[in-house]
Amino acid sequence: MSATFVGMPPFPAAAREKLADAQLRRNLAHATSTIRARRAALVAEVEASVDGGWEALRVAGAEAKDTALRSLDRQLLRLEETLTANGATVHWARDAAQANAIVAALVRAHGADEVIKVKSMVTQEIGLNEALAAEGIAAWETDLAELIVQLGDDLPSHILVPAIHRNRAEIREIFLRAMGEVGRGAPADLTDAPAVLAAAAREHLREKFLRARVGVSGANFAVAETGTLVVVESEGNGRMCLTLPEVLISVVGIEKVVATWDDLDPLLRLLPRSSTGERMNPYTSMWSGVTPGDGPREVHVVLLDNGRTRALADEVGRQALRCIRCSACLNVCPVYERTGGHAYGSVYPGPIGAILNPLLRGVGHSDQIDALPYASTLCGACFEACPVRIDIPRILVDQRAKIVDAHRGGLPTPEAVAMRTAATGLGSARRLAGGERFTRLGLWFARRVGAPAWTSARDLPPAPAESFRRWWKRTDGGRR
Amino acid sequence: MRVALMVTCINDALFPRTGQAVVALLRRLGVDVEFPAAQTCCAQPMINTGYLDEAVPVLRAFVEAFAGYDAVVTPSASCAGCARHQHAIVARRAGDPALRAAADAVSPRVYELSEFLVDRLGVTDVGAYYPHTVTYHPTCHSLRMLGVGDRPRRLLEQVRGLTLLELPGAAECCGFGGTFAVKNADTSIAIGTDKARQVRNTGAEVLVAGDNSCLTHIGGLLSRQRAGVRTVHLAEVLAATA
Repeated sequence: MSATFVGMPPFPAAAREKLADAQLRRNLAHATSTIRARRAALVAEVEASVDGGWEALRVAGAEAKDTALRSLDRQLLRLEETLTANGATVHWARDAAQANAIVAALVRAHGADEVIKVKSMVTQEIGLNEALAAEGIAAWETDLAELIVQLGDDLPSHILVPAIHRNRAEIREIFLRAMGEVGRGAPADLTDAPAVLAAAAREHLREKFLRARVGVSGANFAVAETGTLVVVESEGNGRMCLTLPEVLISVVGIEKVVATWDDLDPLLRLLPRSSTGERMNPYTSMWSGVTPGDGPREVHVVLLDNGRTRALADEVGRQALRCIRCSACLNVCPVYERTGGHAYGSVYPGPIGAILNPLLRGVGHSDQIDALPYASTLCGACFEACPVRIDIPRILVDQRAKIVDAHRGGLPTPEAVAMRTAATGLGSARRLAGGERFTRLGLWFARRVGAPAWTSARDLPPAPAESFRRWWKRTDGGRR
Repeated sequence: MRVALMVTCINDALFPRTGQAVVALLRRLGVDVEFPAAQTCCAQPMINTGYLDEAVPVLRAFVEAFAGYDAVVTPSASCAGCARHQHAIVARRAGDPALRAAADAVSPRVYELSEFLVDRLGVTDVGAYYPHTVTYHPTCHSLRMLGVGDRPRRLLEQVRGLTLLELPGAAECCGFGGTFAVKNADTSIAIGTDKARQVRNTGAEVLVAGDNSCLTHIGGLLSRQRAGVRTVHLAEVLAATA
């Protein structure tokens, strides 16, 4: 895959381009409204059938993650201990480059030149496929949507449904054009019927499943108490990758750890309902190290930081590490629904991406990252939908303050000058001479500073004859 | 009960009729509302754009203006939400325990208009007459920041002469978002255009909401489209009489 997010313009410009794509707008509106309706029905079902309703489940899920995050150092050492006792080999990676080097070295040590992959956000975050390609190792995505993205030399635009920006006619074209170049080609009479497209993908992937000697996965959860990794998926491709190869390498973000087996209970109920809008996902695979005669003979786990300890140090933002990558926040976001995921310039788009990218990578050094926390109306739909109660609007506002602070001391922008001027005027009511200066300031701000961007598509309201405060003073609050 | 009107900076400068409507409505309900002249702004534009230092003097002015009142009523869920949920952030930034205490004292007394009417005054029939076909947009901060729930609807349902039409996708954002409307103008317009279409499809002649900032955005789009739908603040509907 040569497509890259590197060098993407900041959100406003990237969004402007995407907003003009009528097919994208249509695909997104259809897909997000469908999945929103499915989720809403299941939340209502829990509301009616579980003690304390959906909110109690959310609280339990958040608490399970917080318990582990509060004692992350101890949980990780415990995880290493249990995994090792189960016959797995644990590797520690500070950043993407270390993790990629570890995986590449393991693949090479087994003389392999290809791996099959379970859908995994973390391996996209670290650019594993590109790093392996540079070492002459082919990484085959086996999740249907990831396959579509990979064959289309495209970029993912959604956490759960990375090809959400494609419709089935486009998928048919991609399959016809690209499948034959990297393996078994699509049949010439391929139609755009979903079952026909899925059958073509199945045929294409089957030879890769049976041939590959190394599988690569992420993990949805890692249980410290038992040394168990968990992958949830819908298509069975994950189960194939986790059981057929001789060697299994799992790259796991350190925030994926939970303390106990019981902690999985609320999380495994929250995730499929919030994610695909299902009561239960079709495949839940759990493995605890090596089981002789069953599955991979060699199991490696790469525990990855890559900015997670930076996020953990952020008092307001650390709750973002609860994220279970369900993408409910994307599906309800008014911004995401119009722009799609590519405009966010990261494998983590939408509201969670708007906080995760700055939290993992820091602010004040990239215009692209610094624009992300502003890519939100602060409508709060994301917080409402989040199954682990991440207060995304609160973190967005906090990240905005950190971005402004990071740029203090330099040449002030027109916005910074306006804010300072407003602060002076608004902060000294006694110097406002009856408030009229303030009112004039407000009108000036509305009509001059914001006017060009505002009036491109919106009329401004007519200016009133007098301000409210002048009316109050003139009429004694309407009494005369 | 000493009640202050927090008119908000936007209403003061651009929509004095909304403030006048709150005054008329509350007087009709027997509340002698005062207007502390020292008030300026809730500081939300600074806070939500990331300018916390700049929000500190604005918060000082806010707590000075509204200290000592039993209730502070505002025709803006967004500004009420800022006072209730964000002023503590600014006070912490200032590192000033006195300011923190003053903000903590005022914050819980700030009410959005429909909350004050239903919860503090215990009324849903305010004696209004508004013979128009109306649809109602529940703003995001009223729904998800304050949780006003169905209070505005209950108030509107009691207005004589008013026909209330259902707005499909009502709970979805209009795309205003404060400085978002300017910083991400294209996306803001795209979201708002969908909201305006939903409003037009209802066939209503008036779009009502509890926040003039959202209405300026949706109304600006409707006006540019020459849609023939006007936007009116909830307070003005409730203040109207035969």
